[in-house]
Amino acid sequence: MPNPIQPNLVLRVAGKMLIPIILMFALYVQFHGETGPGGGFQAGVIFTSAFILYALVFGIGPARAVATDRVLRVLAAFGVLLYIGVGIASLLSGGNFLDYDVLGENAIEGQHLGIFLIELGVGFTVASVMIIIFFAFAERGARP
Amino acid sequence: MLLLGFLAITALAVIHLRDLFAVVMLFGIYSFLTASLFVTLDAVDVAFTEAVVGAGISTFLMLCTLALTARREKAKPARTLIPLLVVVITGATLVYGTLDMPDFSDPSAPVHTHVTPRYIEATEREIGMPNLVTAVLASYRGYDTLGELTVILTAGIGVLVLLGYRKRGEKR
Repeated sequence: MPNPIQPNLVLRVAGKMLIPIILMFALYVQFHGETGPGGGFQAGVIFTSAFILYALVFGIGPARAVATDRVLRVLAAFGVLLYIGVGIASLLSGGNFLDYDVLGENAIEGQHLGIFLIELGVGFTVASVMIIIFFAFAERGARP
Repeated sequence: MLLLGFLAITALAVIHLRDLFAVVMLFGIYSFLTASLFVTLDAVDVAFTEAVVGAGISTFLMLCTLALTARREKAKPARTLIPLLVVVITGATLVYGTLDMPDFSDPSAPVHTHVTPRYIEATEREIGMPNLVTAVLASYRGYDTLGELTVILTAGIGVLVLLGYRKRGEKR
């Protein structure tokens, strides 16, 4: 379906300018979720939208060069594993499952570290699953 | 109120249109209106998610689906009496159910007296984060969020199995 829009200079230039900003915004939402609205889920989706924009303007091939099947699948599983890993780490440190208090020097630090890590896991999984879904649809359409 | 009116208009337009491309666009508008509604209710986190997921990604995925299928809806034979009856009865029951609900922003409502005060009072001390929503989602309700994340992963696996499967060695 989304063929690269080769000749359109405006789209290519605008895309090149916008994509880094979208990616930066995604990272901002990811790491600023503690103080402002947002978090891993929204950040992952925004990250995906930058990818989709890139694939629409420059074609699926170049986008595929970065996000191969293997990378996406590993990252999607890694997010969930990171989340569970934080839970198990808190178990091993003597707390309950996903009780971040025991992860740091004191309860507050532990909470910050735990929330940072699980939000990161959420971001990884959401972004890679969304990109997987996008590629699945797009490549399905590209095949005859 | 104005936003709710726009929402109703959009929903009616969605029902009447047969051009699915326009319907998808209207769904995007619907999501944005819902997001604005959430902002006016001071639920910025929910509004953010609605704008990003509802108006952004799902609109785009529906467009992808349209590209794989057809653009126009098939005209259906007009047999609308029974569905109309079912919808009216269900809607009436739901509206009847809301009559028992506490008034909007009533401080003595059950939802505001159970664990909410505990979260509001203890988050600053226990977690030290200004954003209550993140604190509740990631820490107090961390187990639920883990479940949601697993759902997303499962959805991705499902799509891969249904659409993205290719035989070993097959070139894309």
